[in-house]
Amino acid sequence: MSHEAVPARATGLRAVLRKPPLVMVLLAAYVLGTSLLVANTPRSLLLFLLFLASLLLIFAAQVPRWFRGAAALVTLGFLMPLLGLRNGFYLEVATQIGIFVALALGLNIVVGLAGLLDLGYVAFYAVGAYSWAILGSPQLLKTWPGLDHILPLSGWWFFVFLLLAVVLAAVTGVLLGLPVLRLRGDYLAIVTLGFGEVIRVLANNLDKPINLTNGPIGITPITRPAIEPVLWVLRTLGVQASPATVYPVYFYFLVLVIVLLVILVTQRFKDSHIGRAWEAIREDEEAAVAMGVPLVRMKLLAFAAGASFAGAMGVIFASKQYFINPESFTFLESIGVLAMVILGGMGSIPGAILGATTVTILNLQVLKQLSLTLNAWKNAGVTILGYNLANLPPQLEPAKYERMVFGIILILMMIFRPQGIIPSRRRRLELEETHRRATEAAVEAGVV
Amino acid sequence: MGVILACHGVTKRFGGLVALHGVDFQLEEGRIASIIGPNGAGKTTLFNVFTGVYRPEEGSVRFRGHELVGLRPDQITRLGMCRTFQNIRLFGNMTVLENILVGMHSRLHLSTVDVLLRTPRFHQVEAQALARAHDLLGLIGLQGRGDELAKNLPYGDQRRLEIGRALASEPRLLLLDEPTAGMNPAEAQELMAFLRTLRQELGLTILLIEHNMRVVMGISERVTVLDYGQKIAEGSPEEVQRDPRVIEAYLGTRQRLAERPAVG
Repeated sequence: MSHEAVPARATGLRAVLRKPPLVMVLLAAYVLGTSLLVANTPRSLLLFLLFLASLLLIFAAQVPRWFRGAAALVTLGFLMPLLGLRNGFYLEVATQIGIFVALALGLNIVVGLAGLLDLGYVAFYAVGAYSWAILGSPQLLKTWPGLDHILPLSGWWFFVFLLLAVVLAAVTGVLLGLPVLRLRGDYLAIVTLGFGEVIRVLANNLDKPINLTNGPIGITPITRPAIEPVLWVLRTLGVQASPATVYPVYFYFLVLVIVLLVILVTQRFKDSHIGRAWEAIREDEEAAVAMGVPLVRMKLLAFAAGASFAGAMGVIFASKQYFINPESFTFLESIGVLAMVILGGMGSIPGAILGATTVTILNLQVLKQLSLTLNAWKNAGVTILGYNLANLPPQLEPAKYERMVFGIILILMMIFRPQGIIPSRRRRLELEETHRRATEAAVEAGVV
Repeated sequence: MGVILACHGVTKRFGGLVALHGVDFQLEEGRIASIIGPNGAGKTTLFNVFTGVYRPEEGSVRFRGHELVGLRPDQITRLGMCRTFQNIRLFGNMTVLENILVGMHSRLHLSTVDVLLRTPRFHQVEAQALARAHDLLGLIGLQGRGDELAKNLPYGDQRRLEIGRALASEPRLLLLDEPTAGMNPAEAQELMAFLRTLRQELGLTILLIEHNMRVVMGISERVTVLDYGQKIAEGSPEEVQRDPRVIEAYLGTRQRLAERPAVG
């Protein structure tokens, strides 16, 4: 394959992209160039998007693995937080993207791999968030003032809860899984939808008889993770920084590390007998079980694995937001994550990542920008096609276009690219095996 | 030869319909046997009882010393019985090789920890599985096609892949539900030769449901005839062919036609 001659007709960009050294230089130049531009003009959305696109290029370009890894590391581990210091909003966006990437990857296991349509996924996110919010805040002191020597738990407990929430969400996943094992397709979807609502309604109403969740008012202030070690490291390096400036970067890295872990776990599940069993269940449940796949165990494992990611992210979300209430865990949130998975490509890991990124950026930035621009035009009384925008009735207010445009994008995607942005690609296992055998034979022949 | 599979008095009802009525059946190890019967006679239902898809209301099924009634299909597969389906049921969006690997699921002794930590054991088991799957591809004549999606295979190859997937579970008994359905005579002949090789090389016991009489008579050493959920005849192909009850079941008599309900 490496001996393959470059076809004479491959000209221009294509020919350039076949020469790795050149690609590497171009890529590095692009990444550095866009980050300099963003640093220079921190308010430009377009430049920030161009900078984010560099990550896409890093993974799409044909470059050696070490270069890909190094470039991603520099971009995510160094440039991104640096730009975040210039414009804090970008770091917030990046952190949000990370959270949704983990959620999308979790749901991708349940829906994309195992084919179990879950419309209440955000419930697990809520379980994680509330588990830390209740104990990591003075919430319980309202009922039991005597506990004030323990509660709220300190920031060190945050890390314990990160693990605990994984377990708790996984257990909740199994609890949801057990009664719905026999259900498929639309029936399963309805039950999970109901489950999601039950959790939200519980959060909304568990302020009586014992005030656990503080109802619709929500819980605040939620303890943030212990920052002392980070500050200590910074002090030793001679940097004086206040917690207020460090926390966003801290959360960013926390999310980044967890997302990397989640990607690793998902990848390993997918490339194993467990992942194959999940996909077999998705393709044909009855045939899968006839081939010896233990249906109950595999389905529960899918629910548990998917839920655990959401549980961990829930803890981070609660502590990052400082405040949570049931509004953050609505049905629409579940649908949003589902849209990310479907938009990205069901069952595909890069797809879920890209889907989560795209939808988050659309929601937080592009569509916001659109309505802001339209609003500015309206206020300035710009005339389009002879119609003065200042005369727009309140029913047609620009802010209302956000969801509509998002909906149109979803519809268009499903019509023109139903398999998603990056459809799941199959591993070429036979090729690998044939190749391995050929190499083995060659080695043997060479040795003997 | 010992008995590998035996059922006694198996009765399966669906509401008012008695799909199987007190069926007794025995299969000796190493045999190739067939179950035949008119449409709706209960052949596939019997398969589904054997493989644990249905739980019979009465009767027992014993396989290699284990009672099967009450076991789940995957447990039965683990005990060494695997099947194919009447209408092909491959995992269409997975590759040919992955289909075979799924068939091996019950033979891969790996824990979730092995998978997540990528232990040496994981790599070893996975490499062995891959090598075996590769060999199975050769056995079913699909080498070089392993990375294609199963749904893109031509019909005959899909039938073979389904057998290959079942073989991957290392069965002692292979149940084939109409394996030659939709095949032309040449393909059916080829399949029969393949089944004989399997028996010879792997020492398999094979039980077929078949409509193609040429296949049934050509390959089976023993034929069981079902009609209306009851066993009406059993014996060598020659014996069964001569049995008046079998002829009656297939061709019908004046009297029987009158007895049957108008529809069905």
